Amino acid sequence: MTARGRLLRIAGWLTAVGMLLVLVVKAEYSADMSVFLPRSPTPEQALLVDQLQEGTVSRLTLVAISGGDGAQRAQVSQAMAARLRASRAFDLVANGDEAALERDRVWLFEHRYLLSPAVDAQRFEVAGLREALMETLDWLVSPAGMLIEDLVPRDPTGELIQILERLDRGQQPRREHGIWVSRDGRQALLLVLTRASGADLDAQEAALAAIDAAFAAADDALPGATAFQLVKSGPGVFAVESRATIKGEVMRIALLATLVIVTLLLFVYRSVPVLLLGLLPVATGALAGIAAVSLGFGVVHGLTIGFGATLIGEAVDYGIYLFVQRGGLDSDQSTLSDLWPTIRIGLLTSVCGFGVMLGSGFPGLAQLGLYSTTGLIAAALVTRLVLPAFLPAKPKLRDLTPLGMVLGRALPALARLRWLVPVFCVTGLIVTWVHRDGLWNDSLLALSPVSPQAQALDARLRAEMGAPEASALLVIEAPDLETALRQAERVGRVLDGLVEEGAIAGWDGPAPFLPSLATQRARLASLPEPAVLASRLAVATVELPLKADRLEPFLADVERARAEAVIGPASLAGTSFALAVTSMMIETGQGWRVSLPLRAPFDPVGQLGIDAERVREALASVEHSNVVSLSLLELKAESDALYAAYLNEAIVLSLIGLAAILLLLSIALRSLARLWRVLLPLLTAVLTVTGALVLAGESLILMHLVGLLLVVAVGSNYALFFARGEAAPAPRTLASLLFANLTTLAGFGLLATSSVPVLQAIGITVGPGAVLALLFAAMLSRPRAAVNPD
Amino acid sequence: MTSPRLRIRARLIRLFVYAVLGGVLSARAAGFDLDALMTLLSDHPHGRVSFVETRHLALLDRPIAARGDLVFIPPDRLERHTQAPRQESAILDGDTLTLIREGRRRELSLSQHPGIALLIGSLRAVLSGDRARLERDFVLSHAGTPDAWILDLLPRAPEAVPSLRRIHLVGSRGQVERVEMIETDGDRSVIEIGDALP
Repeated sequence: MTARGRLLRIAGWLTAVGMLLVLVVKAEYSADMSVFLPRSPTPEQALLVDQLQEGTVSRLTLVAISGGDGAQRAQVSQAMAARLRASRAFDLVANGDEAALERDRVWLFEHRYLLSPAVDAQRFEVAGLREALMETLDWLVSPAGMLIEDLVPRDPTGELIQILERLDRGQQPRREHGIWVSRDGRQALLLVLTRASGADLDAQEAALAAIDAAFAAADDALPGATAFQLVKSGPGVFAVESRATIKGEVMRIALLATLVIVTLLLFVYRSVPVLLLGLLPVATGALAGIAAVSLGFGVVHGLTIGFGATLIGEAVDYGIYLFVQRGGLDSDQSTLSDLWPTIRIGLLTSVCGFGVMLGSGFPGLAQLGLYSTTGLIAAALVTRLVLPAFLPAKPKLRDLTPLGMVLGRALPALARLRWLVPVFCVTGLIVTWVHRDGLWNDSLLALSPVSPQAQALDARLRAEMGAPEASALLVIEAPDLETALRQAERVGRVLDGLVEEGAIAGWDGPAPFLPSLATQRARLASLPEPAVLASRLAVATVELPLKADRLEPFLADVERARAEAVIGPASLAGTSFALAVTSMMIETGQGWRVSLPLRAPFDPVGQLGIDAERVREALASVEHSNVVSLSLLELKAESDALYAAYLNEAIVLSLIGLAAILLLLSIALRSLARLWRVLLPLLTAVLTVTGALVLAGESLILMHLVGLLLVVAVGSNYALFFARGEAAPAPRTLASLLFANLTTLAGFGLLATSSVPVLQAIGITVGPGAVLALLFAAMLSRPRAAVNPD
Repeated sequence: MTSPRLRIRARLIRLFVYAVLGGVLSARAAGFDLDALMTLLSDHPHGRVSFVETRHLALLDRPIAARGDLVFIPPDRLERHTQAPRQESAILDGDTLTLIREGRRRELSLSQHPGIALLIGSLRAVLSGDRARLERDFVLSHAGTPDAWILDLLPRAPEAVPSLRRIHLVGSRGQVERVEMIETDGDRSVIEIGDALP
């Protein structure tokens, strides 16, 4: 290579790195859950994603305070609520305090003739009045009588009771010391809705910090050293924590992997300049990978960078091959040219393996594919074209031949164990076959970085709050709000029937607080004129102990209600149910969408099952016009279906990748026997890893599958060296293979320690798999000594 | 059948006798202090008894009544099964009052309804002879003999439940015969407890 050629290459590389750096710096990074959501969603999935990212549920945080006694917890709860309400970060802060309850009661009472489902044309006829009054009298002698006693003169027909009855379907949290508490009474409960959307993780993080600060302030304000504990749960908490976990893990793994690999390389090279040179391909590869993902996806996910640790492990191999081959050589003539064809095939198989993932609809996988493919190609190109330009004519590189000789002598011993390969192969196959049922974990939650404990806490708090997770949404789309609300009322009657049947445990809708205008007007129309009502009341009360002359306030209230305007969404402002109601109604581009959450009975196992078949059947009988559409969105089933689709797709892609690798290898090797010698150790490694995972009780997620494909893609790099010629690789090559394998193990092995399931699954599969691939390949090799003693 | 008037007269006579004898008896029955009354109450075998509750409300021209059975299961379960005017069960267990009416269950937390807590909770405390519990909420005064006693409960903190003036109980041995709740607005409610039912 001429000096001019060197300079050109170095300049070209520097330019490329400069451009990549700009792209990387300008790239947008995320660590939210979006990586698990589909790239091209179906309409149902779009609704699901919408709910997960923007729905009211995504803004909900549940807070529990324990420690101290009930009165102290109540003080903390009140102080926290006051502070949080004063902040602008929250749309709603509810802790069950009297003031809020009173506000709600007053609002419901004021609008009772618009809201009460009992108000119809017969209600204020003589017979209807009499029946309602008798019912009220019966309430008066019940233990609950004193609750309604004072309201009777204004509300003798008991409309408020009618309204409250409807609301009581959803369980209310228990109240003590004037605030919400858990069922065992040991925790104070608060419910908080952030103003910012659930997808805005920075805002969510700030809101959570505000809750912590409010808690700390309330805790400090209380005299004495009572130890209170704060627990938070909800989608925002999960998302923020997951992001922190992913960030932390990615940093930790990348740092450790770099550290381990640098140590290894220092041991091999014994030279800092060479070490730095060895890291050039890796660094360039990583930059290229991130830049490519940023260009291809618009946003780079933290998990993708986490996978980058694996890239370090593999990309650094190219440098090792180069330097170890150069070690002990005097000129740059016989350098990589000897090994390059083998490395090239290895690279191509890796690219095949990672490349197929580009086709995945699962963004996490597609990003990984693009990142790794680009990164590996960039690293290989830098090794091939740029690195030699940096090397001095006579580099002082360590000669690893002695180590290689030792390895070479160990080969025959390994080769004598070659019978182990088929044994492992068959055993792995049998174990996997025996456990083929339940091999795969079929829940999307398996991919979630949220721990099962956190999920259990969330389920418990929701149950305590009477805010169980909706298992399905009944979605009504209509051209305008009034049509949608009317349809919701029709559907509601069917849903009530389904509750009676037990097909669903309950449902929510806007109707109790916001009836359609048609319903409100019909109720208003059934209120008689004052004179008419007074005379009917006189007749109705003839034989009753409750006399009409005591009921003047009732007549006045009815007259006022007749003059009252109907209510709309804005009328709910200031009540604690305003948000719940308006969040069920979304204005879309085409009109309005009203979503009614359906609840399944609380089940600690988390199987949020409703009888969807029955619900669909019942819905089919609901009449609706052509402009209105009704659909049932099963949240859990939909997300599981989404995951199943990812898994099926991953299986198909893996098979395509495998086929591509096979094709590539057959073309490159041009010999069935050699193909077999490359494939057998890979196949055995895959089956051994699978068998071991199954025996260890892991249920496999799609990342394990991807890992297995990578075992083939990465492992082929090693196996190819053993199948190159008739003899086993030269000592120096053996030494470089060992170190290449160790760096790969370091990269993937560290991923295996991650608490993020997707990272852990890939690490635990590829780390051991790569080592086994090398080991099995070595066992099947024909020792150099046996063929050609020298 | 005794006429209501006669019954009232009998009651007045009984009260008069208490008043006159009270001084004499209190000396003789020096042993009958509040603890003795509480012991009688707590030792009383509890089972199913009939009751009639009459509510006298200013709002109404005439009193309204409910009748049914009471079941007390010590220490803190009190069931009130009303047969008339309509089937209804109210079950107080711990802090929770469950109302079952026309097949629908409604749960109330006593801590959420201090008024109900004071009324029903005090009856439960009397039945179980829980002096500490009663003295937490009321100032207690009693008179009479073990065979015929009266117990008055005056709320310690009237502002907590402004509508309640006092609760007045009449009984014999461990059996509570009559509970009268008097409200500040003149409304009152009387529960007459009958003999044990099989």
